[in-house]
Amino acid sequence: MLKCSLSVLDSVFSRISEKMDLYLPVKREDGKAEYKKWQGEEWSENLNTVKSPKDFFFPQSEDLVRFRTEGKSVEVIDEREEKAPFAVFGVRACDVRSFEILDKVFLEEPRDSFYAMRREAGIIVSVACQRPAETCFCKAFGIDAADPSGDVTCWKTDSELYLRANTDKGESFISIFADLLTECDDTEVEKEKEKISRILEKLPLNGLSTESFGAGKTEELFERAEWADLCEACLGCGTCTFVCPTCQCYDIKDIKTGNGVLRYRCWDSCMYSEFTKMAHGNNRLTQRERFRQRFMHKLVYFPENNGGVFGCVGCGRCLKSCPVSMNIVKVMKELGDK
Amino acid sequence: MQKVTRDILVKRASELLADGTVSSVLGWKAGEFDYDVTPATFTDTESLEKGFVWSDFSAANLSKYLVSKTKSAEGRILVFLKPCDTYSFNQLLTEHRIDREKVYAVGVPCEGMADINKIRSICGDGIIKIDCGEKLTVETLYADEPFVVEPSEVLLEKCESCKSKKHVAYDELLGEEGEVVDSSRFSEVERLEAMSADERFEFWQGELSRCIRCNACRDACPACTCEVCVFNNPASGVETKAPSDSFEEKMFHIIRAFHVAGRCTDCGECSRVCPQNIPLHLLNRKLIKDMNESYGTYQAGETVGASSPLTEYTLGDPEAGDVLEGGGKNA
Repeated sequence: MLKCSLSVLDSVFSRISEKMDLYLPVKREDGKAEYKKWQGEEWSENLNTVKSPKDFFFPQSEDLVRFRTEGKSVEVIDEREEKAPFAVFGVRACDVRSFEILDKVFLEEPRDSFYAMRREAGIIVSVACQRPAETCFCKAFGIDAADPSGDVTCWKTDSELYLRANTDKGESFISIFADLLTECDDTEVEKEKEKISRILEKLPLNGLSTESFGAGKTEELFERAEWADLCEACLGCGTCTFVCPTCQCYDIKDIKTGNGVLRYRCWDSCMYSEFTKMAHGNNRLTQRERFRQRFMHKLVYFPENNGGVFGCVGCGRCLKSCPVSMNIVKVMKELGDK
Repeated sequence: MQKVTRDILVKRASELLADGTVSSVLGWKAGEFDYDVTPATFTDTESLEKGFVWSDFSAANLSKYLVSKTKSAEGRILVFLKPCDTYSFNQLLTEHRIDREKVYAVGVPCEGMADINKIRSICGDGIIKIDCGEKLTVETLYADEPFVVEPSEVLLEKCESCKSKKHVAYDELLGEEGEVVDSSRFSEVERLEAMSADERFEFWQGELSRCIRCNACRDACPACTCEVCVFNNPASGVETKAPSDSFEEKMFHIIRAFHVAGRCTDCGECSRVCPQNIPLHLLNRKLIKDMNESYGTYQAGETVGASSPLTEYTLGDPEAGDVLEGGGKNA
């Protein structure tokens, strides 16, 4: 275990920034937080960001390939740019788990080279949650907010930042500012973990059960009558999917550029009426079907196809952002064992 | 705190269900916390007693739900409408989007609704209880004592600049009728007008750069009721799911503002639902202000069947050149 005084945190950030781009949660004027490239801003450790750090690895839209035509010849231009190393600091336990979920989608064959390139370049520095929100429920998915994974794990106390490298990448990252750190035992960190565990016990959504969900539950849940009431207020907007750290659906589009075609991809949302529309039309015609798809995917289909791992991390972003306050917790409570 | 209590609404809804006037009730349903209220249909007294919410968090404008609900409903639907919601209701009637015969509208006076984001910026995260009394008492996981917050400090933007406490449509009114309010809702527009073009561009660049194109503004907007939005229609040629560049996200919002011009009642739902706190209502308000100045004061939704200045020609209308000159200030 290593530590530094909070008073040298700016020097740590500045030292990292000399080597690579550093992103961390920063409080905005409107009181919410977002990840920003560090340029001297204060780290907002108590507020989770509106958008998740998923964006660093799977951006909302990106160019894939360009086709330039001249006469009868077509030139294919790879739009990929080499990604320089970068660090994402202050990632919460829930969001760290989201990368494991996204990895299952993007890094298995056929491997998504765009995502893989960013994952290789990115260093994840997690931080234990001192102040989880009332909307947090990561524990339901077996996540320990007091001891997140990532390349490096941090704990913040009133006066110190404690750091533990978990990977080789993490070790070499810490070496950038090793002279600002001192060795220590884990007494303070254990105290901090206990403190956090006590807070987690008190969270209103503590005790949310996943028992009714998971692999093999499709038949039991698919035709449940409750879906009708659950989806009633849904506007069919994409807010939940776009703030979600694990939603990974995208669309690929071609646009004419004048001298050829640009192929790009962008996030898509299963809540949208034209989602996965094919030549024969759309396979989910009502909002009930679209709404059901999102939650069945996270709670049943994903675990079924991925060794029991749920597709939700309990970050609570959808609870805070949904315009009609409908969300996965309400779905789980309504459909789960009562 | 709302003057007409939740119990009065529940009692009246139960009576109307019991005597057969209505077969369902469109209202607001309790969530996990005191603030996460969801629009919902109730069909019996038991579910009303259990889940109906009328509080400082019943902000959602229910009028748009009537577009689909009146198409499928068998009997009449009771809908609770706040004063601002009645303007949207009338506008939807004007556009023949709602079957009036299938609706029983109950007006509810409103003292203004609370913004959970503003409460969070005062009390922090970890909100476990909010008691909506004369003052809001907010209990959090992290403060030993509850926060006591003045409701006026945490009003939603749309309520801060409330334009009317008067209901312009209802079958029945609960409580006392209010008046049209002399609001200062154009003051922020005036501040933007006074900026130089560069400053104004920078302002909107900053605000709109946060847009994630979730479409919540459009989907909550009672003026956006196209069966298939041009931005969702692959055949339109302008279908977009994500901003491919910063120009595109601006284009989306500006096109939307123009599309609802003359029909937007300034209900403020666009800004309320924006997960990124973009003040989208200012685009609409600018157009309302310009229309008022060019064609005389007009409030969309004030009466059913009124035609908007943008769809009606009169000999007194200013010529294009006059409008350009007026709009050209600081351009």
